Amino acid sequence: MDASPYIELRDVVFTRGNRRIFDGVSLDIPRGRITAIMGPSGTGKTTLLRLIGGQLKPDSGTITVAGENVPQLRRKALYRLREKMGMLFQSGALFTDLSVFENVAFPLRVHTALPEDMIRDIVLMKLEAVGLRGARDLMPAELSGGMTRRVALARSIALDPELIMYDEPFAGQDPIAMGVLVKLIRDLNSSMGLTSVLVSHDVPESLSICHYACIVADGQIIGDGTPEELRAHPSDRVQQFLRGHPDGPVPFHYPAAEAGQDWGLSGRERR
Amino acid sequence: MNWLAERLAAFGRSGLDVIASLGRSGRFLAGALGGVPKPSVGFPLLLKQLYSVGVLSLAIIVVSGLFIGMVLGLQGYTILSDYGSEAAIGQMIALTLVRELGPVVTALLFAGRAGSALTAEIGLMKTTEQLSSMEMMGVDPLRRVIAPRLWAGFISVPILAAVFSVVGIWGGMLVGVEWLGVFEGSFWGNMQSSVSFASDVMNGVIKSIVFGFVCTWIAVYQGYDCVPTSAGISSATTKTVVYSSLAVLGLDFVLTAVMFGDF
Repeated sequence: MDASPYIELRDVVFTRGNRRIFDGVSLDIPRGRITAIMGPSGTGKTTLLRLIGGQLKPDSGTITVAGENVPQLRRKALYRLREKMGMLFQSGALFTDLSVFENVAFPLRVHTALPEDMIRDIVLMKLEAVGLRGARDLMPAELSGGMTRRVALARSIALDPELIMYDEPFAGQDPIAMGVLVKLIRDLNSSMGLTSVLVSHDVPESLSICHYACIVADGQIIGDGTPEELRAHPSDRVQQFLRGHPDGPVPFHYPAAEAGQDWGLSGRERR
Repeated sequence: MNWLAERLAAFGRSGLDVIASLGRSGRFLAGALGGVPKPSVGFPLLLKQLYSVGVLSLAIIVVSGLFIGMVLGLQGYTILSDYGSEAAIGQMIALTLVRELGPVVTALLFAGRAGSALTAEIGLMKTTEQLSSMEMMGVDPLRRVIAPRLWAGFISVPILAAVFSVVGIWGGMLVGVEWLGVFEGSFWGNMQSSVSFASDVMNGVIKSIVFGFVCTWIAVYQGYDCVPTSAGISSATTKTVVYSSLAVLGLDFVLTAVMFGDF
């Protein structure tokens, strides 16, 4: 197997408004492996996926996917590259006006000229892979949260992509649905040889399936390595995140004025 | 002094925002309408939108047209009979509808009925990441989602306006001829001799084409550009109705001045 990383980020800087989201992030995502990107909410993990998918452009730095520099691609080339990517959105993002079957068939109908019976076979195969062949005639509104994500997963692998990106796949799922998703992500990776990128803040689930993980905070990567390496990481911030301590390098209190001032108890006013 | 400078700066900023928004909406329009879709893909999408935007608006258009025509018949009769010229009622109703009320009221109703629905639908598609996921599947939402809705609006509004005028004239006839007893021959005859196809009917059609274009553009753009939250969708829907109504009424004056201004 090709040993070069599938995705390479070099010194990526990205600002939104006045806020610097990424301040020189460099990251390699190995081919055919599951990479977990973890970090506290609001650190721009989803933004990272959108940068990789070319939906956002970085202020500087390069993002190379399958040997192509994404920010510099022209529209057509970018859309062609995206056919090799699947993305599972947090909300599933199923098209609400189409049935489960038609949702999964959508990318096939748009990008291929396959005959209808072939499309039907592929769709049923993908639905079978996520265990929802029987739900093909339901509408998205009739699905539970976990089922929605599984259908969305079937849709994102419909074109047999090389890369699949999961945006918070475990957020808000019950334990069974979570177990199903963990199993699916692992199976898809091993059976299809997909390069998988997983963005999540669910530490145990992510570490249990990924081959490689990194933790993003304050626009930087504060720790990376295999799950074992991360668990033994010397940094306090990494440990606080992995163990979920309420206070530590990331303080419990949002930065605020001196408490005395806010309650009108400061020395000056009392005098 | 400081206060004045701040006010000036805020005024300038909002001016820049307006211009930036106009620029974005122009690029948006070009992106959606540029490029010819494959007929086999585009046509079914267009048909579906024509149904939801056009056909489903028919009921409100027909009912409103009927009542407005009947009111015109009543009011026209009351005024014209003072001068003993109630036979001119047919011409009055037809000219009012074809030149003004047909295009204007249709566009206003369209903005309220279909425009707000378009904004909410697209806004919700944006909020639930459907547009993003389409982009990530290598499908341009401007072409796939926006373009068919724009074309459906452009096509529907002139047809709806025509239906409105026809039903309105029929409603006026019901009141004027059937109820108040104006002679049927003079009702239709006066109308026929005084309504000119080239200047009256065509100018009305041009108006409704312009209104349809503007209303649909505003509705679709507001949805696409909305802040992806529930508050964002609500404010975008409100903006659609307000901006469309103001644009229609303002443009109506401009167009009327250009078309009928040189007495």
